[in-house]
Amino acid sequence: MASVEHTDSTGLPGEDGVRRRDFINIAAVSFAGVGAVAVVLPLIDQMNPSADVLAMASTEVDLSAIQPGQAIKTTFRSQPLFVRQLTEKEIAEADKVDPSTLRDPQTLEERTVDGKKQWLVTMGVCTHLGCVPLGAGEGENKGEYGGYFCPCHGSSYDTAARIRKGPAPTNLEVPKFSFTSDTAILVG
Amino acid sequence: MSFPWAEQYTPKNPVMVWIDEKLPLPRLAYNAVGAGYPVPRNLNYFWNFGVLAGLALMIQIITGVVLAMHYGANDLVAFSTVEQTMRDVNAGWLMRYAHANGASFFFIVVYLHIFRGLYFGSYKAPREMVWLLGLVIFLLMMATAFMGYVLPWGQMSYWGAKVITGLFGAIPVVGEPIQTWLLGGFAPGNASLNRFFSLHFLLPFVIAGVIILHIWALHIPGSSNPTGVEVKGPQDTVPFHPYYTAKDGFGAGIFLIAFCTLLFFAPNFLGHPDNYIEANPLSTPAHIVPEWYFWPFYAILRAFTVDFFFVPAKLLGVLAMFASILLLFFLPWLDTSPVRSGKYRPTFNKFFWILILDVLILGYCGGAPAEEPFVMISQVASAYYFAHFLIILPLISRFEKPLPLPGSITEAVLAKYGKTDGATVAVPAE
Repeated sequence: MASVEHTDSTGLPGEDGVRRRDFINIAAVSFAGVGAVAVVLPLIDQMNPSADVLAMASTEVDLSAIQPGQAIKTTFRSQPLFVRQLTEKEIAEADKVDPSTLRDPQTLEERTVDGKKQWLVTMGVCTHLGCVPLGAGEGENKGEYGGYFCPCHGSSYDTAARIRKGPAPTNLEVPKFSFTSDTAILVG
Repeated sequence: MSFPWAEQYTPKNPVMVWIDEKLPLPRLAYNAVGAGYPVPRNLNYFWNFGVLAGLALMIQIITGVVLAMHYGANDLVAFSTVEQTMRDVNAGWLMRYAHANGASFFFIVVYLHIFRGLYFGSYKAPREMVWLLGLVIFLLMMATAFMGYVLPWGQMSYWGAKVITGLFGAIPVVGEPIQTWLLGGFAPGNASLNRFFSLHFLLPFVIAGVIILHIWALHIPGSSNPTGVEVKGPQDTVPFHPYYTAKDGFGAGIFLIAFCTLLFFAPNFLGHPDNYIEANPLSTPAHIVPEWYFWPFYAILRAFTVDFFFVPAKLLGVLAMFASILLLFFLPWLDTSPVRSGKYRPTFNKFFWILILDVLILGYCGGAPAEEPFVMISQVASAYYFAHFLIILPLISRFEKPLPLPGSITEAVLAKYGKTDGATVAVPAE
């Protein structure tokens, strides 16, 4: 059977190797393969965040009730957000540190808005594995460096929410935000 | 696929003859778990745990399908439908407690099954594929158990999901998109809960499929045995049924007594009280711990607290945790000693028990808070775990002088029971 096909299906005489049937075979299987890949893409993409999840609006925070040394917990994109007014002492402590000695070198200025150095706005999500660090609530453990302390795996953040000790690789994330008035910010 | 002296399936009932011609399923069962499967005559009770793991899977599938009839996979109602199942559904409390404790018992028997394989060298040639498929089942079990624990949508469910998907976030560059893709959002939410429910329902049936492959691969060389000496003739084996169906039946009775004791008298003993608080994204429990069966791996994850060159500690911990399991896939080629059973390997035997102690210590540290001295102990124990498989085991295999092996299974059995004669005439009772 094979030999009969061979003589029948040779496309152009003198063209060695590639037969008409080989070409049809490869083209047909490849086309099915491309189709299969094209079907896989939406199957993977359906697991990405849906439009309603992505459409979540930015968050406005009123700062007027936050006294120096106090912090509040709110939410931004369904994750916790810490807004903290630093005391003079806390600012001094943060400025005292040489950034080059840090795991994720940043100064307090780089993490706050110009002229509003006392307002520290960070995500309340430990950069290790995503727990909510303690230290924003009244009487919570602020850790060795007086900022935030993650109870899950013991990461300690300083008064500028920079990582100082423990397994977390980076500082608490500072989201994009701007002051809409002296006592209000818009996050996102 | 079997020894030549295996008993043959010969249906006498005309209906069975008719079925055998059309679809020889009874024949398959007879040859797989019936009288048609010859098994070494000297198996001890450690050989019960494979069948017990199958029993545990059956319990999980039956109770799980029932629970799914009463569960609402939506973050607004998930927690309350579980409470409804507990309080309002007839026998719902029994089904849920059986499912939750059944998971623990599944892991107990599987860990003992793995222990048996490690001690008696069941992973060695010609049974490497049985071992590899067993590890695949173990990985699938861990994924299934993790997703199942998220479904009640309590505090531990939520924060467990956050920490475990955070593991993928540790991968450089692609980590965060992968984490978001797994969760279907920036934090665990309704999308995550739904997909976990879907996969938690699917995976047990995938496990059942891989178990069929596991048994298929086992039946090609036949079962191993406590001496590690291969079967040499009909005098070394007895038919699976009735000999081991009876022995496994007895083991199943003991297993069910232990299971029911926990189920009826201490159903929350292995659970965590925080999971009876509904998920709250703004409040992390003071002490996040996974279920006990993940503790050794969780300890390895947390053992890395400092960066190593340019690799952050977080990534190292994640890599080490996955490596601790993936390492086992290479075990058949790391242990090159031709002697299978730990009974005849004096040096291996000592280090084997140190490894077991090491894993128990890791387990204890994994359940303890992330503070000293547990961090230090986890670091030492994790280092030893890897050293055992990568350094100690290959060295032992090379330098150890094993004890003399018995000439055959029958010889070992008769020596044990004080009979030195009649080794060749010993035939299993029919």
